[in-house]
Amino acid sequence: MKLKAPESISFAETSFCPGCGHGLVARLIGEVMEEMGMTEKLLTVVDVACASLNIDTWKFDTIMAAHGRPIATATGVKKVRKENPVLAYLGDGAAYAIGISETMYGALRNDNVVVIVINNGVFGMTGGQMAPTSLEGQRTSTTVMGRDVKKTGKPFDITKMIGQLDIAYLARGSVANFKDIAKTKKYIRKAFEKHMNNEGYCLLEILSPCPTNLGMTPVQCAQRVDDAMRDQYPTGEYIDNGGNQ
Amino acid sequence: MKQVLMKGNEALAEAALRAGCRFYSGYPITPQSEILEYLSWRMDEVGGEFIQTESELSGINMLLGASAAGARVLTSSSGPGYSLNQEGISYLVAADLPAVIVDVMRYGNGLGDVSQSQGDYWQLTRGGGHGDYRTIVLAPSSVQENADFTYEAFELAEKYRHPVLIGSDAAIGQMIEKVSFPEMKDHDIDTYEWSIKGCKKGEVQKKITNTLYYMENYDDYLLNKYQQMEDNEQRWESISVEDAELVLVAYGISSRICKEAVMTAREQGIKLGLIRPITLWPYPVNAFKELGSECKALMTVEMNILGQMKDDVVLAVANKYPVYSYTTVKEVPETETIIEKAKNILSCKEA
Repeated sequence: MKLKAPESISFAETSFCPGCGHGLVARLIGEVMEEMGMTEKLLTVVDVACASLNIDTWKFDTIMAAHGRPIATATGVKKVRKENPVLAYLGDGAAYAIGISETMYGALRNDNVVVIVINNGVFGMTGGQMAPTSLEGQRTSTTVMGRDVKKTGKPFDITKMIGQLDIAYLARGSVANFKDIAKTKKYIRKAFEKHMNNEGYCLLEILSPCPTNLGMTPVQCAQRVDDAMRDQYPTGEYIDNGGNQ
Repeated sequence: MKQVLMKGNEALAEAALRAGCRFYSGYPITPQSEILEYLSWRMDEVGGEFIQTESELSGINMLLGASAAGARVLTSSSGPGYSLNQEGISYLVAADLPAVIVDVMRYGNGLGDVSQSQGDYWQLTRGGGHGDYRTIVLAPSSVQENADFTYEAFELAEKYRHPVLIGSDAAIGQMIEKVSFPEMKDHDIDTYEWSIKGCKKGEVQKKITNTLYYMENYDDYLLNKYQQMEDNEQRWESISVEDAELVLVAYGISSRICKEAVMTAREQGIKLGLIRPITLWPYPVNAFKELGSECKALMTVEMNILGQMKDDVVLAVANKYPVYSYTTVKEVPETETIIEKAKNILSCKEA
């Protein structure tokens, strides 16, 4: 078992809340880059808010994009730096609310970028408002009586929207337990392998706890991801085209 | 170099390529779509990247990524689409990123219309996006200048690490005139030490984000940057200003009518002059130091409802002279009307 963190992660600068999944994913990305020998090559584009804290957590060259636009920005980077791996890293509010157009069109063009979306079912840094992924009945600061799907529509599942498109890779992982963390790391690695093979758009959603905004302990919140969130958002691989046709 | 006949928008696009631009992302909108159409095939010929995006928002934010990666980048739009570009322009300013953005102005608020107009003056010169910032704005008045100013815009963007705007006219974009092009230039994406390339072991990572997060004297830095632009980049053309009794102020397509008005009026013994701002920002206040002792008043001639440039002229002359406006909105101003209004002003009647 490997305990030493990759050199691309700066623990001195990181500022995620205790129990948050972002730090775990940041480390997994660092480990995968180290294993693939791409630590000195990765170019990342992060969204604003919680996702943006990675600009100080990673030691990769990084752009902080406008809210919801990291995928478009990452496409611009990849078109110029074709030899480098390029990652767009964003939350579910960015990817599925304000940036749904960029998320969808990156897929429609099959842009050759890796997209990692952290799904914690809430707008994090702005104080826990309802996200497209908030569960039915979930209490948030903008759904104080619980999310009413008659008013808001049902929780958004990205796999139903781009699951039929001709993209390279679509998967959903979780970082709420050891087993899923190991599986999620494999998904991350596979996405980057396909990316370096120029196969196209690779989107990986990762279910993640947000104890601060859900008012739970880290353990309770991880348990909630394992139970309620995974019922709504099943994990696994949805598209795995296995080669650029 | 030999001259060719070419449409203004296409000349602009060709000049961008010749300046070393190898990345374009944008969305169609009249009257600038020829820029997009031309680059859709021409960019391939020079090994660049052209992307027709799903929106102007995506276009400008894609361009931001390409700029951060070190490329010379271009997007173009008009009126309603240019409004959407504002998000990214504010982010480009915040991150000290060079880019060239073209607004081929069209008529009206909201959707407006495809007719020509000069209604985006305030939006171009006052920042437009959120926060407080300025951008150099070049205003061409011919197909040749569409080409020359675009070529130069990339140099200015690189010089200041700042987006540069081209406030072009629908008339100039759509008209066909003779043009000769500057030589083809190569741009190396590794030219800039600040661009993202991948962080080597032992290096400090590059963070392309709002510079205020990392700069202690951010406000001084920005003020100095804008001061440098104001000191060094004011550009204008003056015609017969020294002995003029009335000085017209106009840019773009309107300035061409004003040139004719100056010549015609002088034949009639009316001493008109013209100041044509080439940079709408920094506003060429130095041009107004050339006003002669015979000057009695100034008149802006522009194609919008509110006479948007008048404010800048009032500031430039510091209330020493009265400033009038002749606005025509979507029709080009008429020489006869300019002279008639000039006569009225000079005979102390209302303009």
